[in-house]
Amino acid sequence: MLIYGVAVLAGCYLLGQLTGEVLGRILHIDANVGGVGFAMIFLILLTHWMKEHKLFTLEMEEGALFWSKMYIPVIVAMAAIQNVQGALSGGLLAILAGVIPTGASFLMIPLLAKLFHAHPESDTP
Amino acid sequence: MNWVQDVLIKNGLVVAFLATGILMLITHWLGKRFTGSRIPGSAIAIFFGLVLAYIGGRITGGKKGIADIEALSGFSLMGGSMFRDFTIVATAMGASLIKIRQAGVAGAIALLLGIVIAFVFGAGVAIAMGYRDAASITTIGGGACTFIIGPVTGGALGASSEVITISIAAGLVKSILVTIATPILAPSIGLNNSKTAMIYGGLIGTTSGVAAGLAATDPKLVPYGALTATFYTGLGCLLCPSILYLVVGWIV
Repeated sequence: MLIYGVAVLAGCYLLGQLTGEVLGRILHIDANVGGVGFAMIFLILLTHWMKEHKLFTLEMEEGALFWSKMYIPVIVAMAAIQNVQGALSGGLLAILAGVIPTGASFLMIPLLAKLFHAHPESDTP
Repeated sequence: MNWVQDVLIKNGLVVAFLATGILMLITHWLGKRFTGSRIPGSAIAIFFGLVLAYIGGRITGGKKGIADIEALSGFSLMGGSMFRDFTIVATAMGASLIKIRQAGVAGAIALLLGIVIAFVFGAGVAIAMGYRDAASITTIGGGACTFIIGPVTGGALGASSEVITISIAAGLVKSILVTIATPILAPSIGLNNSKTAMIYGGLIGTTSGVAAGLAATDPKLVPYGALTATFYTGLGCLLCPSILYLVVGWIV
């Protein structure tokens, strides 16, 4: 059943969000720490385990993959609800404080990638 | 014609599905027809999304872009954090745990460095523009990290609402800039593999920007970038009002 796959995804998502929330509370900060990241790791581990035990059927996988393929449309919708007006009306200080640090961070990417020997992969993940 | 609008409002999410589908149909056609697919249709779609958000903000004066137009209010659900995070997690279906583990250390270092760099340059801009009190400088530095870290830091340190507003705007500028710049800069910064994607997610950190930037660059890289970026805001909310605030207070 398709919904079983969606439910596995939903379960991992909620478990991850709860983990991130708990971590935030432990650290005494008003933010979710890594909820999405934990959810992804749970999903990878759980589906791997279920596939090994022949519990994760192809149809279930399709249920989860549907949402993975909805990612780009959701991001397009997300772009359409950004407060672009607010960003542009923040004045010169806001624009500089957004642009300069971002530029500096982008410059660091190739340096760190070189430091850690990142290279293009020929295989598909 | 009021009843048409009623139907659209009542079925907001479905309207958003249709509108996004039509938008992507147009942008994929534009990408193929005018750039020979050199600029991916998704990148154009995301950019058009930002333009629509700007138009929505101009028309209504609201903060939710196109979703402030009542008939298109379903966009706030489809593009909201629940669907965004749910679909990001779903992309992990194609991710490899081995690659994540291999890039783990690089990702963690990128995270710390990303927060410190954004903060230092953001705080530097604040100082250059005449701010002298540690709370304001720290809040704007936090805003240079993400538009959540700024107000969280400002709230904790008791910064003025004017400074908090600036910090949110700075974070928004960053998020939008990352969205537009990532697909353009990707070839020159070597953003074409899982390890660099994890470094990128850690250094840049702003979830919406990273998510949109990677979507427009190579969707296969999304889970790796999102994995590190998801720790950025939490870590920033931890570091900015504490250690980084102390350092700023010590300097000024």
